[in-house]
Amino acid sequence: MTTDVNRRRLLLLAPLGLVALGGAAFYAMLERMEQGTFDPHAIGDPRVGKPLPKFDLPGVAPAQGFSSTDVQQAAAQQPVLLNFFASWCIPCVQEAAVLATLSQIGLSVWGIAYEDKASATNQFLNRYGNPYARIADDSHGRTAIDFGVYGVPESFLVDSKGIVRWHMAGPLNDDVVRGPLQNALKSLA
Amino acid sequence: MIPELGHFALALACVLAFAQAFVGIWGAHRRDARLIAATPGLAVGQLLALAAAAGCLVYSAVTNDFSVANIAENSAIAKPLLYKITGTWGNHEGSILLWGLILGICGGAVSLFGRNLPSGLRARVLGVLGGTSAGFLLFALTTSDAFARLWPAPPDGAGMNPLLQDPGLAFHPPILYTGYVGFAVPFAFAVAALLEGRIDAAWGRWVRPWALTSWAFLTCGIALGSWWAYYELGWGGYWFWDPVENASLMPWLTGTALVHSAIVVEKRESLKIWTVLLAIGTFSLSLSGTFLVRSGILNSVHAFANDPARGIFILSLLGLVIGGSLLLFALRAPTLASGGIFAPLSREGALVLNNILLCSICAVVIMGTMYPPFADLLLGQKISVGAPFFNATVFPLAIPTFAVMAMGPLLPWKRARLGPVLAHAWWAGLIAVIVAGICAIGMKIVTALAFGVAAWLILGSFAEVVERTLLFRAPVATSFRRARGLPTAVLGAAIAHAGMGVTIAGIAGVSLSQSKIVALAPGGQTQLGPYHFTLLDLRDAPGPNYQARIADIAITRNGVPFDTVHPERRSFPKAQQTTSDVTIETNFLRDLYVVLGEERDGQAVLRFHINPLAPWIWLGALIMAAGGMLSLADRRLRIGAPSRARNAAAALPA
Amino acid sequence: MRLFRLASFGQGGRASLAAGGLFFLVLAASPAHALDDPKEMLPNPQQEARAEAVGSLLRCLQCQNESIEDSSAPLAHDLRQIVREQVREGKTNRQIIDWMVARYGNFVRLRPPLTATTALLWATPFLGLIVGGGAAFLARRRRPAPPPPLTEAERARLEALTRPTS
Repeated sequence: MTTDVNRRRLLLLAPLGLVALGGAAFYAMLERMEQGTFDPHAIGDPRVGKPLPKFDLPGVAPAQGFSSTDVQQAAAQQPVLLNFFASWCIPCVQEAAVLATLSQIGLSVWGIAYEDKASATNQFLNRYGNPYARIADDSHGRTAIDFGVYGVPESFLVDSKGIVRWHMAGPLNDDVVRGPLQNALKSLA
Repeated sequence: MIPELGHFALALACVLAFAQAFVGIWGAHRRDARLIAATPGLAVGQLLALAAAAGCLVYSAVTNDFSVANIAENSAIAKPLLYKITGTWGNHEGSILLWGLILGICGGAVSLFGRNLPSGLRARVLGVLGGTSAGFLLFALTTSDAFARLWPAPPDGAGMNPLLQDPGLAFHPPILYTGYVGFAVPFAFAVAALLEGRIDAAWGRWVRPWALTSWAFLTCGIALGSWWAYYELGWGGYWFWDPVENASLMPWLTGTALVHSAIVVEKRESLKIWTVLLAIGTFSLSLSGTFLVRSGILNSVHAFANDPARGIFILSLLGLVIGGSLLLFALRAPTLASGGIFAPLSREGALVLNNILLCSICAVVIMGTMYPPFADLLLGQKISVGAPFFNATVFPLAIPTFAVMAMGPLLPWKRARLGPVLAHAWWAGLIAVIVAGICAIGMKIVTALAFGVAAWLILGSFAEVVERTLLFRAPVATSFRRARGLPTAVLGAAIAHAGMGVTIAGIAGVSLSQSKIVALAPGGQTQLGPYHFTLLDLRDAPGPNYQARIADIAITRNGVPFDTVHPERRSFPKAQQTTSDVTIETNFLRDLYVVLGEERDGQAVLRFHINPLAPWIWLGALIMAAGGMLSLADRRLRIGAPSRARNAAAALPA
Repeated sequence: MRLFRLASFGQGGRASLAAGGLFFLVLAASPAHALDDPKEMLPNPQQEARAEAVGSLLRCLQCQNESIEDSSAPLAHDLRQIVREQVREGKTNRQIIDWMVARYGNFVRLRPPLTATTALLWATPFLGLIVGGGAAFLARRRRPAPPPPLTEAERARLEALTRPTS
């Protein structure tokens, strides 16, 4: 009889065990969300480790655009940070200063204007500065979709073989630049 | 001054709740008659303090006291009075206060209506409720203070999300929360029983009214939310398997299982351990559902985890309440004596099967909702689980559940044979098959099956009533007399089950909906089904805190003038948001659903839906809740007259 | 509409969404739901129906829990158009979904594929029934079996035995 009760007790501990595991997982999630290492809302980086998708985009008038081949050729010399931005995007304004610093210290930053009018893009660049070595115009947003972009700004780091090595959804800030981006650049060097 | 009074009342309630927990549990443990007798008074005191706190918040909202941060963020001078009042619970801080208030009402209700309970049990139940309440009030006071002041006070508030300025949604939280929080009472009864180490038929009889009431409220709350989504969000959908919806569905499923398994405890003293686990599980799901949905972990818009302290606090609180009760369960439940035995084919057997199916559905909903963050955390995989998954997994489990639902009440207790059951219900089954067969012509198989199941449920649910009243076989007067003698629980169960059938018919009907999107200039016309729509005019009209754009649309049916409808688009300048005010023209057999969209080049985009049987979805839910409430009126459940009722029930043919 | 996109990354945007009291079942920032220009629908109703069926399996990436068919977000609109283009080109549903997965990963699928990672998810209905049935079976086995029912012969004998002899 007592062994029977003991066996039942073990069985009846199962719900507690399940709940404890769940609670520990939730704690880990909350903890990592706070640290910024866990974002349940991000969609992941399916593009990382894969080659650059093919594209050939016009420029923002009057400047000239660029194609994926251009990016590849440039990246063969030095990594290229490809940045999707838009004039109607508020975080892009905050990011403009960070991108300017990056291009000043010698990183090659190329921009793709996402679903925007050329006049609005030019106005944005005049007002907040132009950190981009070259700018292309993805007015229909199709190239962005090929990259798996789901909001602006997003940035992709392209290595010498034309492969995307690092991706950031959301604005670059000092923390991101000093942390993940710097690590990615180091691993390329 | 008033907000400070409210804050003080909240603090007082918290202190009283702690006292209630200690006095109740310690007093019952020491069998101290004075402490036991003091518990109900503390619960009523806590309720009064909470009511005062809520009253202060409502007063501050109505008088536009924008020095209260919560009101400045969520209210505005131009907001209609109704939404000033209901808006107090439309935000995180206020909803926690409402949560606490309803928990306080539950404690007060147990104090006032539970006079016939053994005083020791009542003290323990109130003690557990008090402990739970204390935790939440502490949470409200420390991290979610609804009365926090703002200096300098802004001249006007930021306003409320226009989507929430809707009568249906205004009363949604109190009803839904009453359902959620109401399950705290069965939970407290379960924990109290574990503390006492004793569960008997009387326990089942005491728990059932509380579980039924909460279940009925939760049913109404879910239905109201779904109805709101249907008419307010403006694209004809009514259920989206959003984490928020799933969070309300989980306790509903286990709560439904609880309402049924408690019958077995009451009638047969069996399934005791399982029922206790269900009572604990249902409240745990109510708690974790509502709070984890808002923690930002789930992919839902309803996040408050901007303040991580809140997330950790809530998680600790959940751990204490759920973990504590489950630990007690693991320690005490094995010693509970198991009761009556039964054959697999019996009323008990059917109720066990119902419980297994409901809990399997619940497991699917939990898994589907929780899998993405867990897969992300443990496996580093980003996946989504949405409506197509739930539709594919829940329906195959739901169909057998419905089949059992109508059969169960026809089975006798202990041991049954199929023959007599089939003799009672063959006609319902036959009609159901015929309905499904007719529907199968020109409809998808799933839809036809759903209509068949609906017919089976509606008719089969009344098979027992028909049988017991000898309807169609005895003179009408005899049937009527026998119907009056029926326990209301039997009638309530039949009505609730039939309500589910009505809902299923509605869901099946809406799957046949037709829709059409057109761009029309004034004078333009379009046809959908037998209805012909003419856009008469597009005009502007001012509202209290919005600007409306109204389309006047004349409808003719087969050439006969039928109705004129006026769908709107409302733009709220303060929130910089537009909402569409859908027109729904219903005759309870179908909805004509008209939405006004954006305008381009003088043409308005209009969407027309014909949604067959759409109102039945929510009507069915109301019928279910009404059935549940009717069961409550059964004299067996009226505390005080248990013995007489038991004899009466035994006298009826099983 | 654009507002939601702005909010998708802005810290401030997200905070204000939560502070705005969006607590109960608010599924989209904009309720003008998927109310497209009718010109963008496919003229062939069968193709349009197929596009809607495929679209309802694909997640709107800017929203919380909506398919691209339901969502009014601009990206969902673009993806809807792509689905329709590909349906018109005669691509199979499988090909269209694969095209999306290549860009957005399995996150884009509202019905996750059955893989090693999702095996537990898809097994849940069966596990629920097995665990429930198993528990019921074990609980029954532990108890003394209920007395077997009387057969017709036994019933007749009982009746004969209990009938008062006269």
